[in-house]
Amino acid sequence: MGVAVRLSGISKRFGNFAANSNISLSIEEGTIHALVGENGAGKSTLTKIIYGMLQPSEGEVSIQGKPVNFTSPRDAINAGIGMVHQHFMLIPSLSAAENIMLGDEHAGMFQRLPLKEIKASIQQHALEFGLAVDPEAMVENLSVGEEQRVEILKLLFRNASIMIFDEPTAVLTPSETEHLFATLRTLRDKGKTIILITHKLDEVLAVADTISVMRKGEIAGTMQAASTTKPELAQMMVGRSVLLRVTNPPPSPGETVLDIKNLDFCTANGERKLHNLTLKVKAGEIYGIAGVEGNGQSELLQALYGLLPAGTSLVGEASVKGESLIGKKPSEITLMGVSLTPENRLKHAVILNYTVSGNLLFGRHRERSFHRGIGFNSDVLNRYTNQMIADYDIKCSTPATQPLSSLSGGNQQKIVLARELNRPNISLLILAQPTRGVDIGAIETIHNKIIEARNKGIAILLISSELEEIIALSTRIGCMYKGAIVHEFTPEEVVLKKNSEHEFKKEIGIHIT
Amino acid sequence: MHRKTAQFLIPLLSIMSALAVSTLIILIAGRDPIMIFEKMFQGTLGSAYGTGQVLFRTTTLILVGLSVALPFQVKLFNIGAEGQLQMGAFAAAMTGAMLPPTLPSLSAISLCVFAAMGAGACWAILAGVLKVRFGVNEVISTIMLNFIAQGITGYLLTYHFAVPSTVHTSPVIDAAIIPSLYSVTGFFAKSPANFSTLLSPCVALLFWVILFKSRFGFEMRATGLQPEAARYGGINAGMHTLTAMGIGGAAAGLGAANILLGYKHYYEAGMTGGIGFTGIAVALLAGAHPLWIMLSALFFGLLEYGGLTVNAYIPKDIFMIIEAITILLVISFSALGKRIQQ
Repeated sequence: MGVAVRLSGISKRFGNFAANSNISLSIEEGTIHALVGENGAGKSTLTKIIYGMLQPSEGEVSIQGKPVNFTSPRDAINAGIGMVHQHFMLIPSLSAAENIMLGDEHAGMFQRLPLKEIKASIQQHALEFGLAVDPEAMVENLSVGEEQRVEILKLLFRNASIMIFDEPTAVLTPSETEHLFATLRTLRDKGKTIILITHKLDEVLAVADTISVMRKGEIAGTMQAASTTKPELAQMMVGRSVLLRVTNPPPSPGETVLDIKNLDFCTANGERKLHNLTLKVKAGEIYGIAGVEGNGQSELLQALYGLLPAGTSLVGEASVKGESLIGKKPSEITLMGVSLTPENRLKHAVILNYTVSGNLLFGRHRERSFHRGIGFNSDVLNRYTNQMIADYDIKCSTPATQPLSSLSGGNQQKIVLARELNRPNISLLILAQPTRGVDIGAIETIHNKIIEARNKGIAILLISSELEEIIALSTRIGCMYKGAIVHEFTPEEVVLKKNSEHEFKKEIGIHIT
Repeated sequence: MHRKTAQFLIPLLSIMSALAVSTLIILIAGRDPIMIFEKMFQGTLGSAYGTGQVLFRTTTLILVGLSVALPFQVKLFNIGAEGQLQMGAFAAAMTGAMLPPTLPSLSAISLCVFAAMGAGACWAILAGVLKVRFGVNEVISTIMLNFIAQGITGYLLTYHFAVPSTVHTSPVIDAAIIPSLYSVTGFFAKSPANFSTLLSPCVALLFWVILFKSRFGFEMRATGLQPEAARYGGINAGMHTLTAMGIGGAAAGLGAANILLGYKHYYEAGMTGGIGFTGIAVALLAGAHPLWIMLSALFFGLLEYGGLTVNAYIPKDIFMIIEAITILLVISFSALGKRIQQ
């Protein structure tokens, strides 16, 4: 087997910042080569260089032994490289077949499209690689897993021999993930080269042949998947040993804080997003909602935080310590002792152009203790900012002037958590995807802070698509599917099943699909 | 640090390039650019009267610029300053003409100024209501409201309030006139510069405090930057849309008061003459920052009046071209700067 991609001395600088420095790497033909690393380690930059979206400042890329100089993705595609992006590049109103041939129609400008031949070739690829998709189906009607298959078929249709997958499992259910891995293995066995970018170490160990770990723009090491372990990889990624599993002392739940009874949620189009949803969260416990995204989690959050889009109808009851939440505005709900970290941090939780301390204040700016005159008390604000930076290990240089956008995702999320966990008189904390896009090192801090809040007697509702996180933190686990809690694991069951995590994940997986 | 220098450098670079282009145009028109610029200087800052004229124009432009800038911070593009100016001027003229002549000056001026601010604010809030209630884009509604303001004032003037065989209303009572700087201090010859000139920097400062130092501004800017996050933060975005438009419209009304109560003393057809649109340019050049607007307004004030002083040698339209080129360059350079930083 030859070398599919060889990088020699690749560096990429943006201004003074080196996203990649002096990277040399050989990716063998016919292997699955994983690139792992924390956010900002330079994985995306490196793949963008391979895919021709960025040009290296220094160094050389060669594909199948030939040095290349890509100036656009078009060059990379012609050289047999394909990429499945994290966010799919499909046109919803076209059929699967049309999407697959788009940009490579095998026909002249005014010729008829050879639809029949194309469909036949799609069918053949589909059969060969386990990529079942109805070529006639509109992409908008496909599931996320099917959309991803369309993306892979697109690459096969273009005869790509090197395929880059950017965080392909982020949106998949556990069973879809298994399916994808089977496809990846088949592709490899047929001689394709797979470059897999991810931060999920379990998956890397399960599917990859070779693993390269990136840290701070450099390759920290490359090794065979068979001869490494998860803790070893984690340590390489972060640069120090990390606790992969937070210590979770037994909880002592108190009275019911959040009480949701028969909640029904109908969108303006008449789509029913919540079906008779019922659940209770007690003080001092973490109730984890496990589920694949799009099963009503977002709607539940909207309902609980008074952010219903126009035209939705909400029936049922949701109360905090006996006081109803329904029909209240976010500012009123906050005053009831409810705190929320939204699932979409960048869009909903922070103002990117505001400073670090401005963001620690945002949403809590109505609290009297921060006020002075018509503005804010800068002494109080500085003290609070410094306290939070120390407590949550937030990495920033000048919090009073530095815009939040200059911080890494993990540090941004720590700011949101610091702000929300420290609201005065908080009795209910709603956490949606609290560690999405956050580095392993920061996850450790965040999980510890969540446990700490629970121990203080705060009721916590945790919504996460990461089963590992749910299992690690939750006292009770509710499985959410199509807008309802279809199964609930009691605290005793959770404690018991935790010991064989893999089995537990599978069991939860059955309930949420 | 890097961003701050760019913020300062881009407008400067744009002005310099625009001046270079205009020099070229003057050369092509067959005139000596040095002579033209010399004459311009003599006509403006070179004389007491010219300085007063520039100050008078700058005053209106600061206020109109602010009326565009404040909504801009909430990501609302107020194209309606012209209409707000007309409504404000007409309201001040009507109020001033109907007041009893015996009224003390302070109350007469205050009443007229409040009428102007109120009319401007209402006209702007109308666009805000259309946006919040029905989702009408404010660019479209403010342009339409400009036409409607033109129509209303034109109709009322022609058919009801014009002094026979003229195109203006009867003048406001003497007590409602804002005294000129000349009449009190003896400076600035007999130029129209009046006490509003001293007021306008205070208004700019007030706007800066509201935007960057108050809790209200903290919420307002957040609404502009990320409206959805603002909702999650418990901020009433609709309220901020209305108040930003309202405060902006009131500033335009103040600008109208400067022209009407400080200079013309009656409402005349076409008296606002597109100053509302120049206000957009003023705000854009200053990056919608209330303090920079004072400098930006001075620049446009100089061009506006300077163009008039050399009109005998070269058409003043050339200076309109400079204004427009400056704005296009500011926008292009900002986009370019962002791309380079990436």
